[in-house]
Amino acid sequence: MGMTMTQKILAAHAGLDKVEAGQLISAKLDIVLGNDITTPVAVNEFKKIGFEKIFDKDRVAIVLDHFVPNKDIKAAEQSKTCREFACAHCVSHFYDVGKMGIEHALLPEQGVVTAGDCIIGADSHTCTYGALGAFSTGVGSTDMAAGMATGTAWFKVPSAIKFNLTGKLPCNCSGKDVILTIIGIIGVDGALYKSMEFVGDGVKNLSMDDRLCICNMAIEAGAKNGIFPVDDITIKYLEGRSEREPVIFAADDDAEYEKTIDVDLAKIVPTVACPHLPENTRPASELHHVKIDQVVIGSCTNGRMEDMEAAYNILKDKKVVDGIRVIIIPGTMQILRECVERGWYTAFIDAGAVVSTPTCGPCLGGYMGILAEGEKCVATTNRNFVGRMGHVKSEVYLASPHTAAASALTGYITEYKEV
Amino acid sequence: MNTRGKTFKYYDNVDTDVIIPARYLNTPDAKELALHCMEDIDTEFVKNVKSGDVMVAGWNFGCGSSREHAPLVIKTCGVGCVIAKSFARIFYRNAINIGLPILECEAAADEIAANDEVEVDFDTGIITDITTGKSYRAQPFPSFIQNIIKSGGLLKSLKEGEANG
Repeated sequence: MGMTMTQKILAAHAGLDKVEAGQLISAKLDIVLGNDITTPVAVNEFKKIGFEKIFDKDRVAIVLDHFVPNKDIKAAEQSKTCREFACAHCVSHFYDVGKMGIEHALLPEQGVVTAGDCIIGADSHTCTYGALGAFSTGVGSTDMAAGMATGTAWFKVPSAIKFNLTGKLPCNCSGKDVILTIIGIIGVDGALYKSMEFVGDGVKNLSMDDRLCICNMAIEAGAKNGIFPVDDITIKYLEGRSEREPVIFAADDDAEYEKTIDVDLAKIVPTVACPHLPENTRPASELHHVKIDQVVIGSCTNGRMEDMEAAYNILKDKKVVDGIRVIIIPGTMQILRECVERGWYTAFIDAGAVVSTPTCGPCLGGYMGILAEGEKCVATTNRNFVGRMGHVKSEVYLASPHTAAASALTGYITEYKEV
Repeated sequence: MNTRGKTFKYYDNVDTDVIIPARYLNTPDAKELALHCMEDIDTEFVKNVKSGDVMVAGWNFGCGSSREHAPLVIKTCGVGCVIAKSFARIFYRNAINIGLPILECEAAADEIAANDEVEVDFDTGIITDITTGKSYRAQPFPSFIQNIIKSGGLLKSLKEGEANG
């Protein structure tokens, strides 16, 4: 029996010819990532146990993104801990205010992660990089500390679910609608401990931003990782970007999958995950009665250029309806700059939105858009758990940038219809 | 090694945002964070939990964020073991890495009621509901993971490995 794409990457990094589902392995890591919330815990553990050196200064990435520019004194202390550690160990991929972006938008953009990599990150959405054809998974701070010290991590080789994508998305849908639809089908633990491998003729019709968004939310189905095959779109994206040579892996023809789920992209509709689980999905067209107070467009899920473009195309020359706060957060400084250069920043302001520098901020209820009791928000973020964006009695509806922007113009959940 | 105490019972898909809300994550201090453990779904938990108590929950416990603060605050509150039908994978890994005992056992998670007195023997995986007199056997950990737990967590086991050559 052959191996899945994920299993082949893991085998190569464990120095083995073959691995199978359930096997415990120790694998070499290409990148170890942490942010301003998880790195301080890792730094404490790293020091407490008496490690002195990181395994490779070019293979550790520390990104300050959750609470920066520092939201309060305590957050400032956490950033300082990261900064001092990065400086002491000459971490080459340390991203502070001015250089930073939301980690999972930033690392692919900067070419820090590439195809064939084996990556761990002390952030659950580290699974994003599977879009590039890498094995990438979220871990905790202790694993980050161990990874920084040894350059290795233990893994249980996952089994996989195959998602066979066909067709082409309607123009008012994006990767977000695809992954929300899938989570709605399989549930928040539908891929628990497993890989989600996306294959099929439809893959070529998904942009890199769509793929990054889809893999980003694999964790919301409980998955260990999400992964796309490497094709011309991947190669074009990585060209001139990757700081290391991409390595292309492909699943064996006789790879074993626990099941195959067919997804016809042409049949995807604008989809919304209602409170308080990402699996509570409904077509946006059935939610026109839901009156909202806030719209957030951004996050590691949807803070990329195509997301900004969708927001721009819908909001330009229009006005956000009275009573709705619209917060737009480009994922990286490069994306922010591009929005400025293209005149989109001005268009957002003219529409009545605010534009922030990159931050995870409101997605996790940190700052920059916290909800009061009873308030409802349509957000392009990734979680709608109880209290996720603020008060325990506030509600988050997860949606695509198209749906979020269209909702900003009506004050109710609204799918975008091309005029 | 064992734990004995009263149970706190929760539902499926208890996420890390309710275990420890992100609004408090501007500090890594476990004792300070532990004051807010579970507060968004159970304001009484922190007031009532005692050392050795047991959390019992359904499927996919600890889903969501990778924050290690989640198992850490549960441990810091004194909880001696979490029993669930299944655990989200990052939470599972983190709990082992920081030394919070967790056990997967569907029958125990279904049948043990809130406030029951429960004893858990980690060596055998036997869970005893003293209130009802019923016993359950949880899935044992693979030996690789048992070694991490015996060493007192991942980093200590790595250090031991280094020392042993």
